[in-house]
Amino acid sequence: MSEGQIKKFMYVNRKAPHGTIYALESLEVVLIAAAFDQDVSLAFLDDGVYQLKKGWNTKGIEVKSFQPTYRALDDYDINKLYVEKEALEARGLTEDDMCVPVEVLSRTEIGKLMETQDIVLSF
Amino acid sequence: MLHIVNKSPLDRNSLDTCLATAQGGSLLLIEDGVYAATNDNAAAGKLKQAMGQLKVYALKPDLEARGMADRVLDGVNLVDYGGFVDLVTEHATCQSWL
Amino acid sequence: MKIGILINEGPYTHQATDSAYLFARAAIEKGHQVSRVFFYHDGVNNSTRLTEPPQDDRHIVNRWTKLAQDHGIDLVVCVAAALRRGIKDENLAPGFRISGLGQLIEAGIQADRLVTFGD
Repeated sequence: MSEGQIKKFMYVNRKAPHGTIYALESLEVVLIAAAFDQDVSLAFLDDGVYQLKKGWNTKGIEVKSFQPTYRALDDYDINKLYVEKEALEARGLTEDDMCVPVEVLSRTEIGKLMETQDIVLSF
Repeated sequence: MLHIVNKSPLDRNSLDTCLATAQGGSLLLIEDGVYAATNDNAAAGKLKQAMGQLKVYALKPDLEARGMADRVLDGVNLVDYGGFVDLVTEHATCQSWL
Repeated sequence: MKIGILINEGPYTHQATDSAYLFARAAIEKGHQVSRVFFYHDGVNNSTRLTEPPQDDRHIVNRWTKLAQDHGIDLVVCVAAALRRGIKDENLAPGFRISGLGQLIEAGIQADRLVTFGD
């Protein structure tokens, strides 16, 4: 790795939790990415906003809840979490439903941010 | 940037979200995404409209494999895998709308 | 150019790994370097040597092995995703290696482009 090279990585999450493993496994990538001192941001679009809906109780489906991990992101200096405004609206959600502090942006604004990235990873 | 869509527009919303989010650049349709690039598909109108701000490409081997290569929408540029590679290298970033 | 590839789906069920393979081969034919292919999620299932497709079908695992051996591609299988799905060193096909997620981030940092194939 070339020393000191910092790239802008955006992780795009468009899938709901539990139904498939993508939400959990992309969170695992983000945690590892934190160790690389890169510029990391997360975008939650479409059903991806359900990943941050607070109040999961996964006991009944006998799966470990990984919601606390979203709350731990800040400890890893990952605090650029963007949530799509239109996606929240289409799902009857508001910023208050999110389990962590987020920045709510329109699709257009997220699209503009995406344009400034070096790497966009989608899961 | 290069946007890559691999889902049929009648099955998933990947194309819709891509078109609503993309700020110019190019769109490459691959796998089941190529159905969007065919005449009289319900998504054809959206795609036509998007051509104002996005250059639209479709992967020819995927169209051929699906028996749809003879009904490609006007304005869609066909590429093979080599053309896919060129699109990736010509754009600074790519995003796969999975 | 140096190109990295991320594959998120397993063989035969999804087209992702086929598309990735054809893309990688075309990139090499054009003189680019495919530096690393990272297998994540069900993509780790592309790496088991126990794969036995019918004889008249493409052998997805073996053709990755061959492409990697012919062109020096680093085929990396995510350890956490692999262990979850029963992929270990003892059933790993030649040319693949199991390593951490850091290899994906590193591929993103080192390569000029990173292309994702998935569902």
